[in-house]
Amino acid sequence: MLSVMEIYQLTPKTNCKKCGLPTCMAFAVALLGKEKKVVDCPPLMEEAKYQAKREKLIEAMAPIEGASETGLIIHEEKCYGCGNCVVACPVNVANDPKGTALGFGPTNDKAILVVEDGVVKCLNVEECRRFGPNKILCNACTATCPSKAIEFV
Amino acid sequence: MMAICTGCSLLCEDIEVDFKDGRISTTKNLCRKGLGRYRSLYTERASPRVDGREAGLDDAISRAAGLLKEAKRPLLFGWSNSTLEAQSAGLDLAQKLGAVIDDTSSFCQGELLEMVLKGELPTCTLDDVRNYADMIFYWGSDPSNSHPRHMSRFSYYPRGEKRQRGYDEDRTAFVVDVRLSPTASMIKEGFFKLAPGGDASFMESMLAALGGKIPRLQDKKKVIAMVNTMKRADFGAIFPGLGLAYSMKGRMDILKRLVDGLNETSKYSVIPMVGHFNMRGFNQMLFEKTGFINRVSFADGVEHGPKQSIIEASKSCDVALIIGSDPISALPGGVARSLAKIPTIVIDPHRSLTSELAQVIIPSALSGMEAGGSAIRMDGVRVEFEPIVQGGGSLPDVEILKRIAEAV
Repeated sequence: MLSVMEIYQLTPKTNCKKCGLPTCMAFAVALLGKEKKVVDCPPLMEEAKYQAKREKLIEAMAPIEGASETGLIIHEEKCYGCGNCVVACPVNVANDPKGTALGFGPTNDKAILVVEDGVVKCLNVEECRRFGPNKILCNACTATCPSKAIEFV
Repeated sequence: MMAICTGCSLLCEDIEVDFKDGRISTTKNLCRKGLGRYRSLYTERASPRVDGREAGLDDAISRAAGLLKEAKRPLLFGWSNSTLEAQSAGLDLAQKLGAVIDDTSSFCQGELLEMVLKGELPTCTLDDVRNYADMIFYWGSDPSNSHPRHMSRFSYYPRGEKRQRGYDEDRTAFVVDVRLSPTASMIKEGFFKLAPGGDASFMESMLAALGGKIPRLQDKKKVIAMVNTMKRADFGAIFPGLGLAYSMKGRMDILKRLVDGLNETSKYSVIPMVGHFNMRGFNQMLFEKTGFINRVSFADGVEHGPKQSIIEASKSCDVALIIGSDPISALPGGVARSLAKIPTIVIDPHRSLTSELAQVIIPSALSGMEAGGSAIRMDGVRVEFEPIVQGGGSLPDVEILKRIAEAV
C-alpha cells in the first residue's frame, strides 16, 4: 500500500504553500486522507519540469481514488468470498446477533460487509468504525482476510 | 430464494439466489468455490453420446446397461458428488451386477473417516465446534482454500453459545502445514511449519511433551507451550486435511494415541476435512451395509481390500461406470491409462477429460440446483435440499441409475 513518504517523494517538495497547506508533506498527508486532490497542487500541474512526477503521482493515486470514505479498498480479484470479514466485523456482529454473529450471511440490511457473487462488497459505509472524524482504527476485516483482498488507505 | 450449496462438504444452507429471465442473476453468501458450482449450471454441460456420436438419452442408457450386463468384472466409481438416494441406487446396482464399488475416499480421507465411523476417533458436529470449541487445530488442511466458509461459519470466527466473545478472546488456533498457507497467514503465532512427511515425528514430539518429556524436534519451548495450552482447553477440535492423510498413511495409530492422550485431561474431537459434498454419505452408507467404507466387491459375497480400490481395479476390470468424478485427470498416469483402455460409462452434469474418453455419456442434473435429495455434511449431519431451477432436460442421478438397473 502507498505510504505518505512515497507520495511526498512525488510532490515538488518546495513548500510553496500554493495549495493552502504549509508544507508539501502536509499536502501528501491530505492526499492520502482524500482531503485534497492532485490537481490542487498548481506547480505540479502547470510546470513542465514536474511532468514526470505528475504522471507518476496520478498513477499511484489511482487505486486510492476508488476507496470508500473510510479508505477501504477491496481487490475483487483476490477475494475468496470466505466471509471471514463479514463475521469478524464488530459492527456486523452487533447489528445482527442471529445472523453474521453466528457465522451465517447477514439477515438484515445493516451489514457493512456482505458477500455477493462470491466477492465481498462494502455497504452502509457510515456504520464503519473508521467513518467520520472520530474514527477508531479497527482492522478486524483486514486482519482476518486470508488473501489480503481488503486494505485501508 | 434460499438455497443449499453443494460446492463442498460444508453444504452451506444460507445461500440467497435471485433469478432474472429464468437464469441465476445474483447470489449472496456464496464463496468463490460455491459460485463456481452455481455458474457451472450454464457452462460445459454434457450431452448424451454413444461411441463418440450424439445419441438419445434412452439409447445411451440401454447401451450402458448392455455394457454392464456383458461385463465380467464391472467397476462402479465416483459417488462423492451424488445424493444419498443416488448412492443407495448405486449400491443396489453394484449388488445386482456383482460389481466392484469404490469412491474417491479410496485415495482421499478414507483412512481417517473409517476410524471416525468405527468410533476409534471421537468426533462431534460442526455446530458443537461453533458453540463450545475454544481450541481449533488445522492439521495439514487449508480451509481458506478447500472450504472457504469453514472458518467463518463454524470453526474460528463465529460466536457460539459458550463462545460469545469470538475468535480473539475465546478461541485459540494452531496450524500445522508444510507451507505458510492462507489459513496459516491469519494464525501466524500458532503456525508450525513441517518438512513434507514430518507429521509423524511432530506428533511423537507432541506425545513426548504430553507425557512430561522434552520433545526432540522443532522448537522445544514452542511445542511444550502449545501442548500445555491444548491440555488446558475445555473443548478442542482437530481438522485433519489431505496433508495429514497422505503424510501419515498407515500410521494413523499415532494420531489416535495423541487424541487419547489429550482426552485424558480435556475433550478433543476429530472432524476429517472431507472434500466432495457427499463423500461421507457414501462411506457411511457402505459402512452400515458391509462394515467397510470403500473398496468393496460384491462378486462373491462381500470382499474388501486394496485389490478392490480404483487404483488396482482399473487394471483388472473390463467396464467402468464413473459417476460425478473425473479420475482420468485427477489420478496418476498409470491409472488413467488403464481406465482409458476399457470401455467407460460416464454419468456427469459436465464435460470432463474422463467423459471425452468415454464410450457412453449420460448427462445428469446438477444436485442441489436442478435435482433435490439429501447429503451428509463433513461432520455427519444429514442435510436435505430441494431443486431451485426447473428443467434443464437432464435426469437426476438416481433416476438414471434406476433405469440402468431395470435394463440390466
